[in-house]
Amino acid sequence: MTQTAKTQDISSQHYNFAYLDEQTKRMIRRAILKGIAVPGYQVPFAAREMPMPYGWGTGGVQVTAAVIGKQDCLKMIDQGSDDTTNAVALRTFFVKTTGVETTTKTKEASIIQTRHRIPEEALTENQVLVYQVPIPEPLRFLEPRETETRKMHALEEYGLMHVKLYEDIAKYGHIATAYAYPVMVQDRYVMDPSPTPKFDNPKMDQMEALQLFGAGREKRIYAIPPHTKVVSLDFEDHPFEVNQFEEPCAICGAEGAYLDEVILDDHGKRMFVCSDSDFCEDRRAAGHVGHLGTNPLEAEGND
Amino acid sequence: MYVAVKGGEKAIRNAHKLMARDRRGDTKVPSVSLKQLSEQLYLSVSRVMAEGSLYDAELAALGIKQSRGDLIEAAFLMRAYRTTLPRFGYSQPIDTARMLIRRRISATYKDLPGGQLLGPTFDYTQRLLDFKLAADAEVPSPETQTFEKTEVVPRVTDLLNDEGLIEVDEAPAPDTPVGDLTREPLTFPAARDLRLQNLARGDEGFLLALGYSTQRGFGRTHPFAGEIRLGEVELDFFMEELGFEVPLGTMTVSECQMINQFKGSATAPPQFTRGYGLVPGQGERKVMAMALVDRSLRAHELGEEIDSPTQDQEFVLSHSDNVQATGFVEHLKLPHYVDFQSELELIRKVRKEWQEKQDAAGQELLGEAAQ
Repeated sequence: MTQTAKTQDISSQHYNFAYLDEQTKRMIRRAILKGIAVPGYQVPFAAREMPMPYGWGTGGVQVTAAVIGKQDCLKMIDQGSDDTTNAVALRTFFVKTTGVETTTKTKEASIIQTRHRIPEEALTENQVLVYQVPIPEPLRFLEPRETETRKMHALEEYGLMHVKLYEDIAKYGHIATAYAYPVMVQDRYVMDPSPTPKFDNPKMDQMEALQLFGAGREKRIYAIPPHTKVVSLDFEDHPFEVNQFEEPCAICGAEGAYLDEVILDDHGKRMFVCSDSDFCEDRRAAGHVGHLGTNPLEAEGND
Repeated sequence: MYVAVKGGEKAIRNAHKLMARDRRGDTKVPSVSLKQLSEQLYLSVSRVMAEGSLYDAELAALGIKQSRGDLIEAAFLMRAYRTTLPRFGYSQPIDTARMLIRRRISATYKDLPGGQLLGPTFDYTQRLLDFKLAADAEVPSPETQTFEKTEVVPRVTDLLNDEGLIEVDEAPAPDTPVGDLTREPLTFPAARDLRLQNLARGDEGFLLALGYSTQRGFGRTHPFAGEIRLGEVELDFFMEELGFEVPLGTMTVSECQMINQFKGSATAPPQFTRGYGLVPGQGERKVMAMALVDRSLRAHELGEEIDSPTQDQEFVLSHSDNVQATGFVEHLKLPHYVDFQSELELIRKVRKEWQEKQDAAGQELLGEAAQ
């Protein structure tokens, strides 16, 4: 579903390419470059007020706006899907303000802006993955003060985080963090991967694509350059584990992909389907069929 | 095709049409004009100008109309528009002593140079619903008197200054750069100029509650309303090219100077201290609350013990902005099913283990009982 938006909206005549003025883009690019130079470090930047609410992707949008050019092809996902309401709204924003090509195909995109997921398909060196980040500070829920957490990062003082993970194990037998699972970047900074499920954490390690993180309300940008070491925090006797699913995708049969649970009726009947809608579509186009067939709503016994 | 995840675009389009219809309401009733709003709902317009951080009554009225009267949403619309406007520079500081006064009251003196001027206020009205207003009865003309435009009405705090009883508010050196949190990210500790900017843009309700909490003992500041004034001030801009100041026009501002008791500390002598509030437009409640909060936030500089939320910079300044707050609170309605799924998986696992442990313990108990 590639769409070329030749007809830029009327608003484009009133606003600069990608909405932000060039001075602002330059300021954001400087922050991005600093972030790339110091992987995992949160760079403060003068986030602008955007025409969408804080907490709804203003950071990711500003980062994308700062790096996007006329030749780019943009993919916008939320919860792994291109059709989630906010992904639709943000894609429309860039179509209006840039007129760039957009796509739902992971392969075709040069910039992928995401909320809460990393695509299943491995990304390449020609791609940029932009994350929307609500709370960039991995230590925030252990220490609410910015003055303190900045000091802790500066001194590489991450004992508090390890104590928290240890207490989880002591109390629950597991590290009780299922998403936004903290990582150590290039042996230096503990970083919040944004609220992606921990399932996605291993994909960040040595990724070929450039990973950029934007937190608009909190006014922070951080980055992971290509081929950077990203390790999920754990203990020798309690190694990091990704989420496990007991059954494959109901419609494409994929195993080892992140699945969404869909409730089918009020008697506890449910199915699991790929969260990455493009990945799932691709598999089905290649002839893979899950146990509920191509349309689970028409599947036998599903009434 | 799996249907539930498709159709977002169409749903959004239709939802917005529905909203536009509801906003218009019954089409047999005339639509409100922006002029009607800015003339008759000026206090709403004022709040939107202050929290939207843009002095333009007509745009504020449009924001209010577009947001169906949701003032935070209207402020948000103003902010998003404001951020696209070019910056020419910063005006000269306004001088509120030269204000064309419409209202000026002091709670600390019975009478004072410049006099007490009650002006347009809800104070001392009987809070009875006015059914004549509902019937659009004619509005009686107020009494008028002549006012010497050149008259300077000194600020109460300046009068106290003569006696050295109040801390001196040093004017910064003329070339001191003005802090601007819309251009630079706020860092802590923040200087007073940035704190005041943050508070002036901050949510009235939040400041009101914080100010109130200081009155009830959470970081008490012993305030007196030294002076509250409302009126028009002239705004000047220094033109680099011309080498002199040119007037840009006048703007309405509300100002409050609180006078606070202070017994002195290791770093400051016993004297009165100040809390300051100023917003564009007419926002008396806001400036009073702002002055209380400003004074509380000075706890550190005055060597006071910090043990209450209102004295805590990070707490106050990080949470005062209602556009930020509403965005983040309301973002919870965005889909979160990916992270929720992750949590589901974890809680199922932990529950299962808990149940197994309980069962094992139960078995043990049964075994013991049998013995």
